Amino acid sequence: MSLQEYYNYILIPILGLSLILVFIRFLKGPSIGDRVISLDMLILISIGIIAVYSMQNDQSTFLDIAMLFALIAFLGTVAFAYFMEQREKKDE
Amino acid sequence: MNEILIMILSTMGALFVLSTAIAMLTKPDVYLRINVTTKAATLGLGLILASAAVYFADISVTTRVISIILFIFLTAPIGGHMLMRSAYFTKTPIWSGTKIDELAGQYDPETHELYSEDHDTSIKPEITDKST
Repeated sequence: MSLQEYYNYILIPILGLSLILVFIRFLKGPSIGDRVISLDMLILISIGIIAVYSMQNDQSTFLDIAMLFALIAFLGTVAFAYFMEQREKKDE
Repeated sequence: MNEILIMILSTMGALFVLSTAIAMLTKPDVYLRINVTTKAATLGLGLILASAAVYFADISVTTRVISIILFIFLTAPIGGHMLMRSAYFTKTPIWSGTKIDELAGQYDPETHELYSEDHDTSIKPEITDKST
């Protein structure tokens, strides 16, 4: 089995399946914290998919976008956490 | 030889990510889910990115991969901690199987300050008997 087939038939399906499972949690999530952490997790899995895709197409430039995604995931999580706390303070 | 190393690294990474995704669906509580995400996902992503570094075998790609891995390792626990703290303040229900809640009564509900023995803070936590 060549490396190319291995990416196509094993790695991408495993990552895609985990993406679907996390997305189910994103839709169900009883509290807002569940939704925020599953959004964070979706972006982290997509970093893995970008890494596999850049190996598949032999293009190392795609890894720049992975770095950008890591930054966006962190900023989004911190901003959501901050505003959840602020909103709770204002209600009381 | 190189191909086998790439296959082993990326397969282990993908399996770690898959186990995290299954745990996200089956854990009963927000706190447990955040706890799982910040540990297993960083390990899985680190392995997948390391396999990319082995594949390209180039200094510029390797430094980029190391910087991504370092950034994720630094920021994922911080984000998880902030999210868990705000989930605790918004009184997200705790799983009924949790035995003790050590933070109960330790936070000032007004200013969100933690109780400390060294400083004179406005709140006084009630003493809970931990021996039982």
